[in-house]
This record gives sequence, C-alpha cells and structure tokens, in this order.
Amino acid sequence: MSSDLRWFAFAILGLLSLATVAGVLGAWLSRSDKARGAAADANSRLLAWWFLAGSILGAAWLGQTALAVLFGLASFCALREFVSIHRTRKGDHRALFLAFFVVLPLQYVFVALPWYGMFTIFIPVWAFLLLTARAAVAGDTTRFLERIAKVQFGLLFCVYALSHVAAIPQLTPKPEDGIALLCWFLAVVQLSDVFQWVWGKALGRMKLAPTLSPNKTWGGLIGGILTATAIGAALYWMTPFSPGRAAAFAAGACFLGVLGGLVMSAIKRDAGVKDWGASLGGHGGVLDRVDGLAFAAPVFFHVARWVLGQGL
Amino acid sequence: MIALLIRLLSGVQTRWVGVEPAVRPRVYFANHLSNLDLPVLWAALPPAIRRRVQPVAARDYWTMTPMHHWLATRVFHAELIERKAITHENNPLRQMEAIIDRGNALVIFPEGRRNISDDGDLLPFKPGIWHLARNRPEVELVPTLLDNLNRILPRGEWLPVPIMASVTFGAPLRLGEGESRESFLERCTAALAALADDREEA
Repeated sequence: MSSDLRWFAFAILGLLSLATVAGVLGAWLSRSDKARGAAADANSRLLAWWFLAGSILGAAWLGQTALAVLFGLASFCALREFVSIHRTRKGDHRALFLAFFVVLPLQYVFVALPWYGMFTIFIPVWAFLLLTARAAVAGDTTRFLERIAKVQFGLLFCVYALSHVAAIPQLTPKPEDGIALLCWFLAVVQLSDVFQWVWGKALGRMKLAPTLSPNKTWGGLIGGILTATAIGAALYWMTPFSPGRAAAFAAGACFLGVLGGLVMSAIKRDAGVKDWGASLGGHGGVLDRVDGLAFAAPVFFHVARWVLGQGL
Repeated sequence: MIALLIRLLSGVQTRWVGVEPAVRPRVYFANHLSNLDLPVLWAALPPAIRRRVQPVAARDYWTMTPMHHWLATRVFHAELIERKAITHENNPLRQMEAIIDRGNALVIFPEGRRNISDDGDLLPFKPGIWHLARNRPEVELVPTLLDNLNRILPRGEWLPVPIMASVTFGAPLRLGEGESRESFLERCTAALAALADDREEA
C-alpha cells in the first residue's frame, strides 16, 4: 500500500470512528421512540459502512487480484438479488446457471488478467448471443423476450458495468497508483450518496423524481454532488489528474451515480419492491449500495482512459 | 451449523405474517416445489422450534442413499412415511398423531408430490390434513408458503442456481364444527394461495 493510500485509509477509518461515537451518543441520548428508531437505523447503516470500508481497504492492501475477487462477490450478490425478484421460468434454468457460474467468473478473470479486448466485449457479445441461444434451445416461448431481456439486463448491470470498478487500476502505469485512483472513485461516489442524504434532510423541498424516489430532492442532489466534487478535488493527489480535472471527473461520476440510482429505482418500482434485499442492514441489499457505482464506473473508466492518453 | 449453511446458500428470508413463532404442537403445511423444500423450511425455523419439529418425508426418496437417510433421520429428524401400498400397519396418520402426542410440531406437504407447473397453482390436497385436524382438534394448522425453491433446483435438474428463497408463515387454521372434508381442504388451499397473492402485491 502506498503512503498516499495509507493516509486515505486512516482518514476513512477516522471518519467512521467519529460517526460511530456520534451514533452511540445519539442512541444513548435519544428520548422518544422515533428518535431511538432513527438512531438505530443510522447505526445499522454505519455498521454496514464499517464492513464495506473494511473489505475494500483490505482488498486494496492485498492488491488488484483481491479487488477483482471482492467485486466479483459483489456482482454475484447483486445478480442474485436482481434475478430473485424477477419471475424466471424453468426454461431459463441452464442459462441462469451459466450466467452465475461461468459468465460472471470469466468476466472477472478477464478483468484481473487484465485482458482489455476481452472484458470490454465478453458480455455484450459472447454472453449476449450464447445465453440467448441457450434459453431458446430450452424451448419455452412464453414471455421469451421479456425473460431473456431480464437476464441480459441483470448481467450487463450487475456484472459487466460493475466489473469496470475493478478495472480502474489498469488506467495508470503503476498498479498502486491505480488502486489509489479506485479508492478515490469509490469514496467520491459513495460520499456523494451520503451527502445527498444529509443535504436532503437539511434543505430538501423540491422533489427530484417523486414517482421514482420520493426521498430524493433537488437540494440534496445539488448539495451532495457539490460536496462530493469538492472532496474529489481536495483528494486530487490520489489521482493522476490536476485538481480541476479531478473535480470534473468527480462531478461526472456523482451525476452518473444519481442516474444509476434512479434507473434501479424504476426497476424496483416496476417489480413492486422497496429494497433489493436485506443483507446490508439499513442500506437494503448489495444492489442498493452498488447501483450508482455500476452506472458511473464504465463511463469513468473509458473517459479517464482517453484523457490519460491510452487512446479510445 | 448445517442450518446456517443452508440459510446462507439458499439466501432464505423468513416472514411470520399471521402468526408468531412458538414452540408448541403445530402442523406447518407447505406447498411442495423442490427436493430442497424440506431442508430449507427446516433451516428457516428458529432454533428452539427446529429442535421440536418433525417433517414428514417420503420413505422412497429419503432412503435412496445412506446420505439421504442420514440427513433425513439424524439432521432433520424427519418421520419417514410410505407413499404407496398403505396398510393398517403403516398408516402415516398414526405416525403423525404420535408426533403431535409427543408435543412436537409437524411439517407436511399436503400436495403429496412436487408441483412442477410454472404458474404456481396448487395441486389438490390429499385428505390426510383433514383427518389430522379431526383427530387432533386442539392443534393449530399453519399455512406455510415456500417461494422460489423450484427456481433454485427445478425437478429434473441437478445444478442449483443461487436464487434467494423465502418462507412465509400465515394465520393458523382449525377445523370448524362439523366441517366437511371438501370445504376444509378448500379452506386450507385458499389460505396457502392467499399468502402467494399477498406476495404478488407486496
């Protein structure tokens, strides 16, 4: 782990410790049932943050392969949540088995190698054609297009898009610089989420998308993105960019993160669920936590690759 | 340990909708989707109940290999029953009544075999549950909806897909005064189907 990254790790763990002290005090001081409920909710989210930050910093310390394994597991959990709430039929069984146990691991192997020419086309070309064919051969034509579309969307979003996070270390000549860039990207997108929530509580009036996410407000969105952009610029030393470029990348990543959250909200509403699962305490499921990342990562990866001069 | 492993692998979520978990003689009657039903339902129960529950399982399936037999009798404490050639001596009803009389809870699958339809309509219930309700009227019959298990491991497949299962326990039923067999079986089926409809709306 480079010294830059060590400072970052200390900062994140310090921030979490502060929040934990505040959370324990809050739970202790709250008198009403409502306040106690809010404190318990915040603390269960905080516990999940400890778990997430711990596993990411641990994997960053171990290196690129560990990060690929970690995000592979995240993709697995996310895809599992995505497929579980949609009604697939018996004819999809073999295609789903291939998606979980062949396509997903292979995608992360290609990312870890790294084999740029393969991991950027593997799912859109190979998995798209072959899994669709596998489902057709099973012979069940009821709602066929709808069913294969769901499997393909799950793969593209939960596996293909999310795997680009694990590919970020390839953007720099030295892998440890790339790992610092990956941590910067994760911190910016996740902090944008946290600060959108904070600003939304503080000055949220105008609803952003009442039918999709009733809790999201314009005030929260702008406050959250501006705060995260400022943090991204201040942490520019973790990136190969100038402060100005770091700010532009941070703002773009946060904006895409918001779009990712809205898209996944629309899918959740359509399927009639509020959260994708319950595995991460107050956050919901894994997919609730990574939806923004999955949207932001491929765009960030390709634009940064272009800016850093590796060509389109 | 085994219960924890099954819960982790099946990602099972347990919901108590119309009933609270309690250690007492009860009959949990569930829809039958997959060979995984029995292990997952068993693992989804709280440990205190799990120790006092005996699922009823088909002898022909669960004695196929020594491994099946060991799991059924040693791990799940299943009561193995005959499905074919029922005589006075091996009538499964007596075995089920004995479980209740021991103060244990019972898990039964009144459909009698795995339901392989993709639309989820229940198969007609076997009358055993009515006999049981008549002979042991004090026992609560808890409708238990298993979901997604047929997607994890459908009949005829041997590779599981890691979809998350769910188990929902609904409001208990009892046999009404002088209630006929047809009307009671219909009521049991409706209670289980209603849990499935709630899930669709939720």
